[in-house]
Amino acid sequence: MDDPFGQHLLGIEGLSPELITILLDQAEKYALLNRTRKTPRTLLKGRTLITLFFENSTRTRTSFEAAGKRLGADVINMSVSSSSVSKGETLLDTAYTLNAMRADLLVIRHFHSGAPALLAQKVEASVINAGDGTHEHPTQALLDALTIRRHFGYFEGLTVAICGDILHSRVARSNIMLLSSMGCRVRIVGPPTLVPLSIKKLGVDSIHYSMDEGIKNVDVIMMLRLQRERMQAGLIPSTREYFRFFGLDRRRLNLAKPEAIVMHPGPLNRGVEIDSQVADDPIQSVIQEQVEMGVAVRMAVLEKFSHIKEHHP
Amino acid sequence: MKPLLFTNARLIDPKSKLDQLGRLLVKQGKIAAIYLSETEKAPDDVEIIDCHGAVLCPGLVDMRVSVGEPGFEYRETIATAAEAAATGGITTMAILPNSRPAIDNPALVSLMRSKGEETGSIAILPYGALTVGCDGKEMAEIGLLHEAGAIAFTDGIKALADTRLMMQVLAYTHGFNGLVVQHPEDPSLAGRGSATRGELATILGLPSIPAAAEAIMIARDLRLAELTGCRLHFGHVSTGEGLELIRKAKQRGLPISCDTAPTYFDLNETAIGDFRTYAKLSPPLRCEEDRLAVCEALADGTIDAIASDHMPRDVDDKRLPFAEAAAGGTGLLTLLSVTLIRVKEGTLPLIDALALLTSRPAQLLGQKSGNLDIGSEADLCLFHPDQTWRVEAGNLPGRAQNTPFDNRVLPGVVLGTWKKGRQVYKRVAS
Repeated sequence: MDDPFGQHLLGIEGLSPELITILLDQAEKYALLNRTRKTPRTLLKGRTLITLFFENSTRTRTSFEAAGKRLGADVINMSVSSSSVSKGETLLDTAYTLNAMRADLLVIRHFHSGAPALLAQKVEASVINAGDGTHEHPTQALLDALTIRRHFGYFEGLTVAICGDILHSRVARSNIMLLSSMGCRVRIVGPPTLVPLSIKKLGVDSIHYSMDEGIKNVDVIMMLRLQRERMQAGLIPSTREYFRFFGLDRRRLNLAKPEAIVMHPGPLNRGVEIDSQVADDPIQSVIQEQVEMGVAVRMAVLEKFSHIKEHHP
Repeated sequence: MKPLLFTNARLIDPKSKLDQLGRLLVKQGKIAAIYLSETEKAPDDVEIIDCHGAVLCPGLVDMRVSVGEPGFEYRETIATAAEAAATGGITTMAILPNSRPAIDNPALVSLMRSKGEETGSIAILPYGALTVGCDGKEMAEIGLLHEAGAIAFTDGIKALADTRLMMQVLAYTHGFNGLVVQHPEDPSLAGRGSATRGELATILGLPSIPAAAEAIMIARDLRLAELTGCRLHFGHVSTGEGLELIRKAKQRGLPISCDTAPTYFDLNETAIGDFRTYAKLSPPLRCEEDRLAVCEALADGTIDAIASDHMPRDVDDKRLPFAEAAAGGTGLLTLLSVTLIRVKEGTLPLIDALALLTSRPAQLLGQKSGNLDIGSEADLCLFHPDQTWRVEAGNLPGRAQNTPFDNRVLPGVVLGTWKKGRQVYKRVAS
């Protein structure tokens, strides 16, 4: 059988606009079914989905778990801190173990870039990347895209500003690739210490070190979380300075188009990268909708990337 | 206040390349007109200052000054430094952040600016610290300091040694299109050295610093500036090797600039003679070849500015064994005069010498001062280039007396200094 989706979802890289559209269309349907609580609970019946998180996460893991359960899969959460990994088992040994258990879907998050790709070489299950190091976070980019498409109805010609710690952000990388391939103009905004110049090669329209300039007349503002470690690493001086120059407040938001939406992958650092007044804005902030679309997108991903197993002995 | 009319003045404005006898009118603190021909009519109701052919040029802009305030007021206060500066024809000075506390906080930047305004005689342009406390460990709040009015960022008399942090600080400052100023001396090579490594230091048995400590730091930082695109300035450059690196970098189009201090083109290491602590400086005085290289770099334009490198010290800081004595010399009073020695010796035309003291540092620091543009503030220096005076430590205006030029007879007597059209110094005929 000719399967347009490969066995694994390791990143947005390599996913064509056509496949992205299929995933988003399917997710759109699930979003509706989720609201009416009429999801096809037999679709993944008998399939085993194991979530394997080497990094703390609440929303992504819960979102995958909900997605799997709403499609009827048996979901097992493997907690790394209590597993043999903390006893020194290598990633590959963990992979062989899970393989022997006949898992059908492996959802993995790892602090090192490329870990899901390594796993994918060694297991028969479909590997879904739930975020690896500073490389990719494909389901986040898909849920962001779905949220944008629901608001505007299209991608072509929209201007999206991705703001903050680009250097360490897998969300930024996946979003740049996805949105630029769908015809959006992507701007990058942040201090030079957090914006690698080579990010332009990924499909970025322009880089801005001034936030006022960078978000002028944009349709979408995508804020990124600033990790405290960045201060200790000497990349920025303080949270108050960061907020002064790169925090999103009402005044700055007014520089964007009046109908612009505000996105954030969460969890929020209120008062560091985003002001509460903006984060909680009932019209412009779509942060809660992003979470809702997250479950729908992951259902579509689990569906599209699990069928291969049917033909597996 | 009546308008002022300077007559019989040799007007020198390096910015517009003007060097001609004429008259200059000051109205409401601003330069209102320049009359180069006798026939032009100036207003009648004015106070006339006959310059008798002396040079009238923009007030000097000194881009490297330490004052004792805050924290070391026993050495110098802003008021005493302002007095010395006015006597030396200086109307703008950029202040290094190595005070106690260091200028690493936006509120202190505003405070220093207003302290300058309080004197009425000098504009103080504060540098912001590059790292918290100038300690070289954590990046200071460069953006907030910039907003508060810091003109550039530096750890002042200390070099930022950590390569990674230097790169990040340059990249970050570039985001504000700011200027970083480095003290070019590798601290691990400098150690506790107090003289330049060589024959003299060996004879005197002094702990020494290899001259290459400067070039090594410059070479590293040029590479980092190129990587990050940030504007970078080297303060008090003093070796031929360091200047050659800067010369080449400029030829390649990098956004690099540098200054030097009169001590490095007028004195060499022999000035420390019999352990004269007033000649203990940082960086230490160099060999004669390096001094000549600095003179050459002044002439060929490699050096963008001459700064006093004024560093006030108390007698107790200096009355110590050479290795223990504090480094640094005063320089506000002698900045113009020692520079004029280059002019007398014919290695630097007067207008170029004045450019290094006025328009070029002003431009580097993004200031409108340092020129005689019509409409700009009337910051003026009137001096006689040929008359001489004797430097006498102990009787100098200001508080600090630690001049390395003690007992020297220098050309260039400042006759008067004006800040925003108000006379802040007038020479009393002796």
